[in-house]
Amino acid sequence: MGYSKPKFKDKYENFINGKFVAPVDGEYFDNNSPIDNTFIAKYPRSKKEDVNNAVEAANVAKDAWGNTSATERAAMLNKVADLIEANLEEFALVETCDNGKPIRETLNADIPLAIDHWRYFAAVIRAEEGSATELDANTLSMNIKEPLGVVAQIIPWNFPLLMLSWKLPPALAAGNCVILKPAEQTPSTATLLMEKIADVFPPGVVNIIHGFGPEAGKPLASHSKVDKVAFTGETTTGQLIMQYASKNLNPVTMELGGKSPNIFFNSVMDADDEFLDKAVEGAVLFAFNQGEVCTCPSRLLVQEDIYDAFMEKVIARTKAAIQANPYDVNTMVGAQASNDQYEKILSYIKIGKEEGAKVLTGGEACKLDGDLANGFYIQPTILEGHNKMRVFQEEIFGPVLAVTKFKDEAEALEIANDTLYGLGAGVWTRDAHQLYQIPRAIKAGRVWVNCYHAYPAHAPFGGYKKSGFGRETHLMMMNHYRQTKNMLISYDKNKLGFF
Amino acid sequence: MKYERIAITPKAIEVLNQLKEKHGELIFHQSGGCCDGSAPMIFEKEDMYLDDSDILLGQLEGVNYYMNQDQYEYWKHTHLTIDITEGRGSSFSLEIPLGVRFIIHSRLFTEEESKALNP
Repeated sequence: MGYSKPKFKDKYENFINGKFVAPVDGEYFDNNSPIDNTFIAKYPRSKKEDVNNAVEAANVAKDAWGNTSATERAAMLNKVADLIEANLEEFALVETCDNGKPIRETLNADIPLAIDHWRYFAAVIRAEEGSATELDANTLSMNIKEPLGVVAQIIPWNFPLLMLSWKLPPALAAGNCVILKPAEQTPSTATLLMEKIADVFPPGVVNIIHGFGPEAGKPLASHSKVDKVAFTGETTTGQLIMQYASKNLNPVTMELGGKSPNIFFNSVMDADDEFLDKAVEGAVLFAFNQGEVCTCPSRLLVQEDIYDAFMEKVIARTKAAIQANPYDVNTMVGAQASNDQYEKILSYIKIGKEEGAKVLTGGEACKLDGDLANGFYIQPTILEGHNKMRVFQEEIFGPVLAVTKFKDEAEALEIANDTLYGLGAGVWTRDAHQLYQIPRAIKAGRVWVNCYHAYPAHAPFGGYKKSGFGRETHLMMMNHYRQTKNMLISYDKNKLGFF
Repeated sequence: MKYERIAITPKAIEVLNQLKEKHGELIFHQSGGCCDGSAPMIFEKEDMYLDDSDILLGQLEGVNYYMNQDQYEYWKHTHLTIDITEGRGSSFSLEIPLGVRFIIHSRLFTEEESKALNP
């Protein structure tokens, strides 16, 4: 039933122009596992020169790659999916080791979803078409989609392979060459993927650069030979990347997190049935992936007349969550991804208590035994308070739920929308009117209705307000990686008559 | 009596001085949002475009500390102490290559501090 830490090489390299290459200045950094804080491997501490080499390789490759047929590109994307699928267990184990999340999540969610995103975009480009309009009897307007050229992508550490698989396939499917920088906390599955797919794409089409934000991320995001930057992360870096893009007049897409409300109306408790069971689980999903999800349902809003009865169930279900060795298939809550995250989360729990929030469960670090004593574990925590508290307004990125009650629909919406962010939201009700009207009134890009934390390809995902812009996991994303070439064709033999 | 919104620990000052030596003039900007957000970021002074929507919370060892206005509305009743911890945050913050990360400890203002700072 259990796994253990997988084997790694001592050292890994960047993937540039179809080959694994050492960083130019020969510097590496140590990557550790948050499960027990032990060494995994060394990864390149890339600098500007490495970024330049990758951007150069992508620019050399872009014209030929942009002219490949959709048939060829789709076949390659499908091949990547097949190769991940053939090695699913290996990817899952490496991901768990690098990130600290439970193996049951990587086996059943992260990696299978990643595979499907490659297949989805392979399918999209076989089915979509350009457009043509006859403007008058002699004039045709024809729209052809063309790739932007070279795309830079900077991804986070919470779902390393899945975030890569949200970003790479649409950019490649659209005919771009890519330089992707994984987060320095989690470089492993991106590297494993390059090992598996090294020969799938022509050299220079996919490039992976490891390293730190100020040393490798910044030169990549500000590079004048990059045509677009896609970023997932926090707001200040988002602003900086947009600044750099403004110098190059480049488009960007941003996914910058949220403070998502999960709203439970009183009708969920009209019966003690499967749906109520599902709703209780929906509230406890704040602890999924240790709360390290941009759309973590970290604000729980419960209608006041069911508050006590519903919370009793939520607290009991939270307490029943198994927090243990992430390599054990029964474990539900694993380690936070790094020490600084761990410290930050504890600091938020502390200010929550100071602001007067009541701890309903958890509220402390979780001390595990043996090797795991050096890992970064935090008990799933529920804090009761009000929406003006900092724990209700700031993204903690940990298994910390802030709960409050509301009187009616109007108050639920007022609280739900009182946030700087607008990425996700959840609405739970048996009332057919609320099912439609409440989601429409919430200012967020994704509203889960009677469900939460589903991320299928084919449903667009992206933010309102300070959560960013762009719509991923959907064919809409293709247009964030393309230009439209409009050809305006005259079939009229006669002159205008002006000159 | 003068009250401050922010403070910094001696360990964090050491790192700050190291960074000043290497990069010259610096600023702090409080980040929000996903992943490594809700944490202080430190940049070269000219790197980030600031305007009236960035509130100056104070100065730490000669380094200005800013936070965006709308975030400030939710934070202004709390005192912040900038500390340093081992870790590997991503983002473009300049201390990251050192294997450390600035973090924030918060506490509520006392009544006196509140009267003076948020009249």
